[in-house]
Amino acid sequence: MYYIDPHIHMVSRVTDDYERIARMGCVAVSEPAFWAGFDRGSVDGFRDYFRQLTEFEPKRAGWSGIQHYTWLCINAKEAENVELSREVIKMIPEFINKPGVLGIGEIGLNKNTKNESIIFQEHVQLAMQLDELILIHTPHLQDKLKGTRMIIDMLMSDRRVQPERVLIDHVEEHTVGLAKEEGFWCAMTLYPITKCTPSRAADIIEAYGDDRIMVNSAGDWGPSNPIAVPDFIQELRKRGHPESKIKKIVYDNPLEFFRQCRRFEFTPPDVLADAVSAAEPVSAK
Amino acid sequence: MIAAVQTSPEVFEQTFLLVRARILEIAATLDRLDRAEAAESVRADPRFRQIQQGLEILLSDGFHRAAQIQEIFSDQYDPTWMKKYLTTGERPALSPSVPH
Repeated sequence: MYYIDPHIHMVSRVTDDYERIARMGCVAVSEPAFWAGFDRGSVDGFRDYFRQLTEFEPKRAGWSGIQHYTWLCINAKEAENVELSREVIKMIPEFINKPGVLGIGEIGLNKNTKNESIIFQEHVQLAMQLDELILIHTPHLQDKLKGTRMIIDMLMSDRRVQPERVLIDHVEEHTVGLAKEEGFWCAMTLYPITKCTPSRAADIIEAYGDDRIMVNSAGDWGPSNPIAVPDFIQELRKRGHPESKIKKIVYDNPLEFFRQCRRFEFTPPDVLADAVSAAEPVSAK
Repeated sequence: MIAAVQTSPEVFEQTFLLVRARILEIAATLDRLDRAEAAESVRADPRFRQIQQGLEILLSDGFHRAAQIQEIFSDQYDPTWMKKYLTTGERPALSPSVPH
């Protein structure tokens, strides 16, 4: 089955992983800007990172036939540095209209601090000014419920925010309802120990339905599994769910959300395959 | 909500050994804690109480045990947080039509 991984940090993965996920059926990835494992020292560090996301990663993904999309921001961990964050936010418009950029993300909260909240609101302000989609990171573990409520408070206090243009990520059993009830899109992250397992994600789908929800691997530089979405597909198959239902969650839903971005261009895999086939020399067929 | 495709007996057959293994893992971990030195200090740790509360929820009925356990391990939310955190000067300059 073809699928899309709507949240994966491919800059942290090797080229072999692109090849592996392509073989498992992945046709597109979306890569939010995130924390590199250390705090960057200057706005130029982010400028180079944004070039990597918008220039090199689409090329590297293309080597395996995968379409690459991205999101721009300064992540919640580094948002503690308000001065640097404001410089980065000011620089985002330089990159926002590059092909493949889907919007502002993954913004959010990490430890639910005052500085993180201020920079979150300033990112939202930028997204509203530029009419961009928003992808939101919610905190881990004990901070998640409180942080998700705070994020929703901030979004709902801005009348310009349209919930259907916002994706709240890393939802789990205790936060999925909060996001869905207010009309936001949401995503579950299949990640060892600290987030969801494929079976719990399948339980959440059975409990909350398959509208406005997707799953991702959030594969990054930590212990993570870039082929977690196929594990989720397998879990739903084992439970007897129809292929059409599974496809809706792993393929149709990400496309429906992404299509709200005016720059979004996607070539369906069958069209892509036909184009490649037509371009091949006769002797190679 | 999507109806679960499998019947409860089917789910039980598929998951029985997995659940058994996970209960044993928790039991062995608790044994290890008690066997080690200074077990009393762990029992006084608020996180140990959270684990006990989680185990109590496992024995209850209902459809929302996972969400309830998540809430036990969650920080308290203060609905007045925004007033405390974000004074007018620290909020971004939103358009005048936006209340905040």
